[in-house]
Amino acid sequence: MSLATAAAAAEALPSAQRRLLATAGVWIILIAAPFWMPLVGGYTDLGTRVIVLGLAAMSLNFLLGYTGMMSFGHAAYFGLGVYGAGLILKDVTASTPLALVAGTLLGGIAGVVFGRLIARTRGVAFAMITIAFQQILYYVAYKWNGVTGGFDGLRGFVRQPIHLGPLVLNIRSNDLVFYYFVLAIFALAVGAMGLILRSPFGRTLLAVRENQRRARFLGIDVNRHVWLSFSVSAFFIAIAGALYALLNNFADPSSMYYVLSGQFVIMAVMGGMRTFWGPLLGAAVFVVLQNYFSSITLNWLFFVGLLFVLVVMFFPRGLLGIFQRRRAA
Amino acid sequence: MLQLILFNVFNGLIIGAFYVLLALGLSMILNLSNVINFAHGNFLALGGYLAYVLIPYVGFWPSLLIAPLLTAAIGFIIERTMVRRVYGRDPVYSLLLTFGLAFMIEDACRYIWGVNGLPLTTPSSISQPLSSTFFFITAYRLFMVAIVIVVVAGLFAFLRYSRMGMRIRAGVLDLDTVSALGVNVKLLRSLNFAVGIFLAGLAGVLAGGQIGLNPNMGDSLLLPSFIAIIVGGFGSLTGTLAGGLLIGVTSAITAVFYPSAQQAVVYALMILVLLVRPQGLLGEEGLVI
Repeated sequence: MSLATAAAAAEALPSAQRRLLATAGVWIILIAAPFWMPLVGGYTDLGTRVIVLGLAAMSLNFLLGYTGMMSFGHAAYFGLGVYGAGLILKDVTASTPLALVAGTLLGGIAGVVFGRLIARTRGVAFAMITIAFQQILYYVAYKWNGVTGGFDGLRGFVRQPIHLGPLVLNIRSNDLVFYYFVLAIFALAVGAMGLILRSPFGRTLLAVRENQRRARFLGIDVNRHVWLSFSVSAFFIAIAGALYALLNNFADPSSMYYVLSGQFVIMAVMGGMRTFWGPLLGAAVFVVLQNYFSSITLNWLFFVGLLFVLVVMFFPRGLLGIFQRRRAA
Repeated sequence: MLQLILFNVFNGLIIGAFYVLLALGLSMILNLSNVINFAHGNFLALGGYLAYVLIPYVGFWPSLLIAPLLTAAIGFIIERTMVRRVYGRDPVYSLLLTFGLAFMIEDACRYIWGVNGLPLTTPSSISQPLSSTFFFITAYRLFMVAIVIVVVAGLFAFLRYSRMGMRIRAGVLDLDTVSALGVNVKLLRSLNFAVGIFLAGLAGVLAGGQIGLNPNMGDSLLLPSFIAIIVGGFGSLTGTLAGGLLIGVTSAITAVFYPSAQQAVVYALMILVLLVRPQGLLGEEGLVI
């Protein structure tokens, strides 16, 4: 397998170069995706889906993998991104950039507000309270028929072409253009995430993850850092949500359901929650497997559940985590 | 109006009783093993379906006991083979594991018993209304409330007075010490898990008689049970009991005046409690789970 050979070759290099090489590899694969995917039975919209869900899983992992706080309720902020973007396109103005901004702000600000309460707790209590807050938003989306369309969801909007001066990006009908548009937003978001993680703030989050008591003794306000990390993570996942609305031209309450939160967590864990790119790989594997199982059996949910169980029992460090361990050994 | 309010309070108590049965089991597992059992609602459905299979052979009354016991046995096996492997690890793994189990049990029920709902026949002796004014008080509902009261009282007595109950309570406080004193804590955790699942299975049989069976019947009960635990306070079973009844009745009374806020009010209650008393009504301060 070429991936394995590449990894073996990379092992001989010093770590900074190795990281640069891995990053370059990821981008080459992503940029070339529309060209190699048809060869293995994929199609462009599937690639877009992987990128969007991958961004969601990476955003969750900012909190899960880099701060050590387990949110099982991140679909809430993802879903607010979906509805925020959808409502702008449907009821306010036919502007894609505005829809993206609105979705991001809606989900992000909700994350800041709820995060304030959530950040006081830890461990399984933290997880349960994130689920409860998510359920509030789910019921709002489900019951508020006049605005959200209730159970049937929000229909009747389409993503609009983007005008950049004389240049028009026709993301509406050309799915290849849309893929690169989504990839560009993804690049901006992931770049920002990487910078934040390398900043002193990001290093402090790692300190919180490794040992909260020690962090407190060093003068770090742990609750505040958990809250900030939660907020940052909510903003990023709301971007993914807004892109998801553009991808589907549709918003419905299932985008806020706890099942989706669970899927984000499994993507992060399956890919490797202690790695930067792992959640993206996890999202790709998850989307492909779900597609495959739902095409061959009605009982695909059983196999999704089995995947969860198998990952937990046999691959707790995730796919990229396996490489990491081998390198460490 | 009075009749309407009474009707809703009574309904609230019944729904609250289901929350209590589920939440007590969840809480027991959470306290001793630090695992959130996402599959709890699916064990509830499984209990209902097992009763459905058993009733034609043994009748309703024995099924009421046998079906939850069988569910508990399945829970015991699942704990021994899978759940115990995530003890002491990052809680993300226990959540993912039970989440996956929830999918598997739900889909297995759907595969075996079909997508459509099934009725669970209850004896005709307990399905008649007791009076025409209070038409909502059927004997079955009174009987359900009675069963829940007996079971909950039994559970508290078991935890308070039996040897195993004392070990469970001690284990919640300090599992290492209990282990050092020679108690087989692995077995203790398995049995504790099974007791929790028994309560879920029992709730499933009772709920099946009331609303019928379908593969995801536990979903709508699971999340309010979480709220019951949060509101009541982590680590306190009495708190869970109070929390379950409180949210059941609150949501039922809200339904009289403003039906569409019926679910929302439960969450509003939770936020209020978190703001005023982050550890929950009866939770201990400084208890970090």
